[in-house]
Amino acid sequence: MKRKEESKENILSVSEITGFIKQTLEENFSDISVIGELSNFKAHVSGHWYFTLKDSGAQVSCTMWRGVNNYVFFTPQDGMKVIITGKITVYPPRGNYQIDVRSMKPAGVGELQAAFEKLKQKLAAEGLFDEQFKKPIPEFPSKIGIVTAKDGAAFQDMKSIAARRYPLVELVIASCKVQGEGAAEEIARNIRLLNKQNDIDLIIVGRGGGSLEDLWAFNEEIVARAIFESDIPVISAVGHEIDFTISDFAADLRAATPSAAMELATPDKAELSALLKEFSFSFNERMGRIISDYKTGIRKIISSYGFRSPQDLVNRKSQLLDNLIYRFQNNLEIKISDIKNRMKLLESKIEPHNVENVLKKGFTLISQDGKYITRKNKLADENSFEIKFYDGEVKIK
Amino acid sequence: MSKKKENNFEEMLSRLQEISDALESGDAGLDQSIKLYEEGIGLAKNCFAALKDAELKVTELKKQLENNSKE
Repeated sequence: MKRKEESKENILSVSEITGFIKQTLEENFSDISVIGELSNFKAHVSGHWYFTLKDSGAQVSCTMWRGVNNYVFFTPQDGMKVIITGKITVYPPRGNYQIDVRSMKPAGVGELQAAFEKLKQKLAAEGLFDEQFKKPIPEFPSKIGIVTAKDGAAFQDMKSIAARRYPLVELVIASCKVQGEGAAEEIARNIRLLNKQNDIDLIIVGRGGGSLEDLWAFNEEIVARAIFESDIPVISAVGHEIDFTISDFAADLRAATPSAAMELATPDKAELSALLKEFSFSFNERMGRIISDYKTGIRKIISSYGFRSPQDLVNRKSQLLDNLIYRFQNNLEIKISDIKNRMKLLESKIEPHNVENVLKKGFTLISQDGKYITRKNKLADENSFEIKFYDGEVKIK
Repeated sequence: MSKKKENNFEEMLSRLQEISDALESGDAGLDQSIKLYEEGIGLAKNCFAALKDAELKVTELKKQLENNSKE
């Protein structure tokens, strides 16, 4: 009886032994950290994750519930070495145990690098980074969509650069988390939302500097695909000069920093002003030249034969007139001096016959009634005449 | 309203280039050249003023979406 009882006490039901195991395991392994390689990773539609953690000699099933796995900044990939923290749970209906994972992190930076390279190769093979898909960045955007954290330094920098360079632009901020839980999903969703607006010319996706973990959302496949699928050109601007992310490769243009992205996205006000001044200057200069060309043209026409001939005609007549006047004056003077000469000649001829000379010699002249009497038969009255001497006249009565 | 103005800036610049080319070629007559010149100078002034007076506008996508859904 006693033995029977004892043996009865030693015989456990499946549920009992499973209960003991469950209690033992869960009490002793309630807070463990395990390093291992991920395999059979499955993200269920419910949001829960199921995977196996293994090393060369063993493997253990793991679950990571929705809500908790939000805090994992990267998307786990098979082959990645990770450190998980959690507790052992036993699932009696199946009689198996698993680790209920509370947190997961890469076993080292090398693991992230490896994941990065793996995704990069995969997307490159798919053609997501091909030059042929790169869209040109508009020169004069009127609306720029920005996917970043509204309160982040990156957005402040972008705002001040846009205000300085091209205040005509409108910035449409699609604010979201840029690191940690769900950041990649939010970034991808905002890119798609901006694509549904019909007036966005350009999208800038980015954030300021941070650790590799901080920037990791931009290394996620979901972000790369959203960028690739965007109909609107995308500039990726993540972290600093040295930080390259998957989104940089998928984007139409990579900018070293968010500030640099805004510089690439906007024309410079100072340059535009200079251009406008140049236009104004060249308009003045060209208009001046056009006017002076017309002036030259008018001068040419005026001096052309057709316009010149009337003037020439006037000039010729004027010259003729001058000639005539000259000749006329000349002739008159010649005539006058001619006459003068002839008069002198006549004078010299007449001079010897001057009556004074005869009188001087002692001859006299007889005149009657004012007329000289040169013949006897002309003398009318013998008793009344006048005798003219050289030195005077005598009246005879 | 401002959207239209912004779009116009690019158009205004390309119009300025057209005017510049037309004046350069000298194909336009004197009257046309004077008209182009006046248009060009006016346009350059407007662009300049637009740049000088513009103030950066920032909107939030979510607010915009709400507004859109109200409409």
